[in-house]
Amino acid sequence: MAVKDYLRKRFFPQIWCPGCGHGIVMANMIRAIELNGLKKDEVVVVSGIGCSSRMPGYLDFHTLHTLHGRALAFATGVKMGRPELTVIVPMGDGDALAIGGNHLIHAARRNMDLTAIIMNNSIYGMTGGQYSPMTPFAKNATTAPFGNIEHAIDLMELAMGAGASFAARTTTYHAKEMIKIISKAIKHKGFAIVEVMSQCPTYYGRKNKLGSAVDMMKGFKEDTVPIGSKKKANNPDLIERGIFVEEKRPEYSTSYLELIEKYRAERQVQ
Amino acid sequence: MRANVRFMQGNEAIVEGALYAGLHFYAGYPITPSTEIAEILSERLPMIGGKFVQMEDEIASMCAIIGASLTGFKVMTATSGPGFSLMQEAIGYAIMTEVPSVVVNVQRGGPGTGLPTSVAQGDVMQARWGTHGDHSIIALTASNLQDAFYVTVDAFNLAETFRTPVILLFDEVLAHMREKIVIPQPGDIEVVERLRTSVPEGTNYHPYLVREDGRLPMSDFGGKHRYNVTGLVHDMWGFPSSDPKVAYDLIHHLVDKLEHRADVIARYKEHYTKDAEVLLISYGSSARSALQMVEDRRKRGGKVGLLELQSLWPFPGKTVRKKCVGRSHVLVVEMNMGQICQEVKKVVSEPEQVFLANRFDGVLISPTDILQQLNMIQGKGV
Repeated sequence: MAVKDYLRKRFFPQIWCPGCGHGIVMANMIRAIELNGLKKDEVVVVSGIGCSSRMPGYLDFHTLHTLHGRALAFATGVKMGRPELTVIVPMGDGDALAIGGNHLIHAARRNMDLTAIIMNNSIYGMTGGQYSPMTPFAKNATTAPFGNIEHAIDLMELAMGAGASFAARTTTYHAKEMIKIISKAIKHKGFAIVEVMSQCPTYYGRKNKLGSAVDMMKGFKEDTVPIGSKKKANNPDLIERGIFVEEKRPEYSTSYLELIEKYRAERQVQ
Repeated sequence: MRANVRFMQGNEAIVEGALYAGLHFYAGYPITPSTEIAEILSERLPMIGGKFVQMEDEIASMCAIIGASLTGFKVMTATSGPGFSLMQEAIGYAIMTEVPSVVVNVQRGGPGTGLPTSVAQGDVMQARWGTHGDHSIIALTASNLQDAFYVTVDAFNLAETFRTPVILLFDEVLAHMREKIVIPQPGDIEVVERLRTSVPEGTNYHPYLVREDGRLPMSDFGGKHRYNVTGLVHDMWGFPSSDPKVAYDLIHHLVDKLEHRADVIARYKEHYTKDAEVLLISYGSSARSALQMVEDRRKRGGKVGLLELQSLWPFPGKTVRKKCVGRSHVLVVEMNMGQICQEVKKVVSEPEQVFLANRFDGVLISPTDILQQLNMIQGKGV
């Protein structure tokens, strides 16, 4: 099917600004879902609050638009209720890492089969350009008029530290790589985190004089390298892309069903 | 069949009521004095094929039960004051999205960390107005374990009937005391099952299209209909809308579905009220002391009665107003600074004055405390 066949067209136009990277992520997420051979009825999309979190409304899946930062907690309940469904959780960097940081850590630790797609545009877009936990040091935002004096989280380090069994990073420039990575993340049986560096030309770009959306995407090309690239040794500021971790580990909802079965089997023996 | 007579703790009785009503999913975070509910359910739920998750905090707990309820299961969480504060935003989300859910708040002393192991009834107003925005809510309570069982079943029934979160406002004394309880056999008391849509698969289902009788049949989320759920003001499709008419109708619907049925939701018990000149109004464990005081007075010929409220929200104003008419004195007995007393004052015009007997120091109010207050207002001295 074409990407548009997965959209709820009557709810368009969408709210994203011209040049926003989130539409690229939405289209590639749909392509990744299709690559996995999933039917519309088999997919749940749960989001929180923010620009990227408006995505579920436009998608013709089972969609749940929840509270700021809490998407993973709602998704936990949905997955426990219907473990057979594929649950995808699109989030923004503020949503996932500031207000929702605790839930992200514990979802990773619990290793429930959820796919978190974190669109990192280094800014709070919906409220008009405040600095986020992923705004780099010294960059500008409406609440950092003299430059940001906080430090950005490295999401991949955080994911690995919290025990995510799948963690990967890509960008809106690397569209084909993004499809492949999201597809693998969906297939992965366990908690998967995908960071997609996404451009916000309206706020982050404008505040930091980064040019147009195209200029910002070119920046993603120039500032990133595949994991293990020799270029990184010469220039430590380069950001690595690719799959950082992909491990088999007991998945929570499966472990829970096994626990129920174990109890039943033991009771029958007695 | 022999009656299932048991001796147990209050928190255990709440669990028994929840399981009787069909609880399938529980998410929670440990907090005194409600923790036993989580401990017992972590064992009992998997035994019946249900599920228990210990979440990272109370916010996540409330969110998780909403997610699970949408998929078609009866859900509950339990907490105490500080955790109840954390849950408020998500309780508002459940109100807005009309997701059946049961929240137990075993009240302890507050504000802040307060008196974690002591009794209080200070969360009455928080249960009503804890979350932001215009809304209505159901809150039930009980004063003994048998009633705690019954109102817990009732909470699930009302949650399903009205598609709303229901607060069970218990307190530390009720939750931690032990007494006799008879667990009814399955079928002995009514259990309301979820109203599901008859719209066939492959046909447009409108999740927020209100039926003529005010009810909204549900479709298990992730099942045969694909639809959107949002905490924003939404239209019948469940899609965000900022149309003033949509907003007006939705808020009216959310409030009216409960406030217009306040009489149906009202639950109360009367003890020695028929000829009572003095009427005590109380609820929860305060009502135990009030009842003791009434019975002590009756033995001495005093015409004292007790109206025991089991539903606090929507406030059963009509009932309270009617029951107070003709009494010489009305005395509200509670363990806070007069949260229900204020509600009683709002609705009662006869007698002219409503008095308060209360404690808020972490100690269960005693029959003597209540008697002293009554003597004072009757001009008999202390």
